[in-house]
Amino acid sequence: MSLFAELLESSRNFVSTMGAVTLFFGRTMVQLPAALTRPGLIIEQVHNAGALSLVIIMTCGLFVGGVLGLTGYDLLLRFGSEDALGTAAALALIKQLGPVVTALLFAGRAGTALASEIGLMRATDQLTAMEMMAVDPIRRVVVPRFLGGLISLPLLTIIFIAIGIFGVQVVGVQQFGVDPASFWSQMRAAVEVSDIMEGVIKGTVFGFACSLIAVYEGYNAIPTAEGVGRATTRTVVISAVLVLIFNYMLTAVML
Amino acid sequence: MPHSTAAVPTTRPAVTDNLVEIRDVHYSVGGRAIFSGLTLSIPRGRITAIMGPSGTGKTTLLRLITGQSKPDSGQILFDGLEVSTLKLRELYELRRRMGMLFQNGALLTDMDVFENVAFPLREHTKLPESLIRNVVLTKLQAVGLRGAAELMPAELSGGMARRVALARSMAMDPDMLIYDEPFTGLDPISMGMIVRLVRQMNYALGITSLVVSHDVEELSILADTSYIISGGKVAAAGTFVELKDHDSEIVNQFINGLADGPVPFHYPAPDYYQQLLGEPQ
Repeated sequence: MSLFAELLESSRNFVSTMGAVTLFFGRTMVQLPAALTRPGLIIEQVHNAGALSLVIIMTCGLFVGGVLGLTGYDLLLRFGSEDALGTAAALALIKQLGPVVTALLFAGRAGTALASEIGLMRATDQLTAMEMMAVDPIRRVVVPRFLGGLISLPLLTIIFIAIGIFGVQVVGVQQFGVDPASFWSQMRAAVEVSDIMEGVIKGTVFGFACSLIAVYEGYNAIPTAEGVGRATTRTVVISAVLVLIFNYMLTAVML
Repeated sequence: MPHSTAAVPTTRPAVTDNLVEIRDVHYSVGGRAIFSGLTLSIPRGRITAIMGPSGTGKTTLLRLITGQSKPDSGQILFDGLEVSTLKLRELYELRRRMGMLFQNGALLTDMDVFENVAFPLREHTKLPESLIRNVVLTKLQAVGLRGAAELMPAELSGGMARRVALARSMAMDPDMLIYDEPFTGLDPISMGMIVRLVRQMNYALGITSLVVSHDVEELSILADTSYIISGGKVAAAGTFVELKDHDSEIVNQFINGLADGPVPFHYPAPDYYQQLLGEPQ
């Protein structure tokens, strides 16, 4: 196949996938009001996607914060401005590292769990059985899981950032002896509400993207072991790439 | 058996009409014709069997009857309603009147047995918890698994999972129960239990039953009417005794389990001798 034909083929696939995802999202939105009447199902999914990801998010947040403390201190010391460690690390965490790393971890933990769960339900006829019981699987299975992810990711992002800042503080203040008063006061003076909003907006957009991809891939998985495996892999890969692309675009817009 | 579930009435009302009518249905997938002029009817209150060699579209027929697929042409009527023209909402209304037993049970794996049977009740009704509990326990008692209410689907054997699925499909008291290959992969005891349950649901509750299977022996005990489908059409129809003496070759091969006949033993291939002596491809 010539290069041109290959390009044409992959562009056509891309457009058709985007169309399919948009249609799927449309079906999800149509079922949204009915799904909202069962808040218990959504809370259960916030627990599955959010609460069960807490340990990994907190652990990673602590270590990312720690590394930021080590590198940041080393860098700032060269300019004699190690008191600015709090500000530099907090801004890096709130605006970039927090939302991005949390979304990548979320795609790996909760996204794969969602895709494989829904994919296996497809492969074992559970979704068809629901349709036969006159229960729409989009309303009963997809919407609560999508909303669970959408709600969880911004919350996890905030927790990641908070633990990250604690990690910076442990390294910077307690290990290297940066003055705690300037660490906290400079941070409070420099970080603005708009910075925090940037982090939360990014978390929400990433939550939307990662959750939609996970439920779409799971719901449309080929009903075989290989098909479910492929859907899970695609979930992680597509989520990771999209998160990084969206992060660049959002940063450029909100600069 | 101390409980009354063993008592099965032996007389049934005469057939009054057909619950499902399939008229001249044509259906093809990817250019390959599955049905070409299929016509059959499923009498109300009776057990009808659909048989046929693997790949003749038995499961496809179920998908057409339940509205999961639409025929290219022809009519599929359920109690007078044309299934293929219904909107999704109307189709869901209709499906409340059908129960379907999947080959593997298709139980929801994140819920225990009790919740699986309660699932359609919770989704479609606002019954108080005490009533749901009573209905679920009654249905589980009917399939002999009241004691397994707290088990998870992964803890059940294949036969038990199918019985739970049967209890679940009965939960909304449907007009028709559809069994997709209910005997596949079961040991003789479980198979006997399923045969008894199919008959019990039909005789005691008057539920119209449609059994799709290729287990000739079990169906010979169960079915009032059997259809053998082959080549996209009904090859033979009637009681099991009538089918046994049928003069069609394909019916004879199927009913008697012959290895060769109209359905060949060999998959189509080039000449054996020439292929052995010829150059490797």
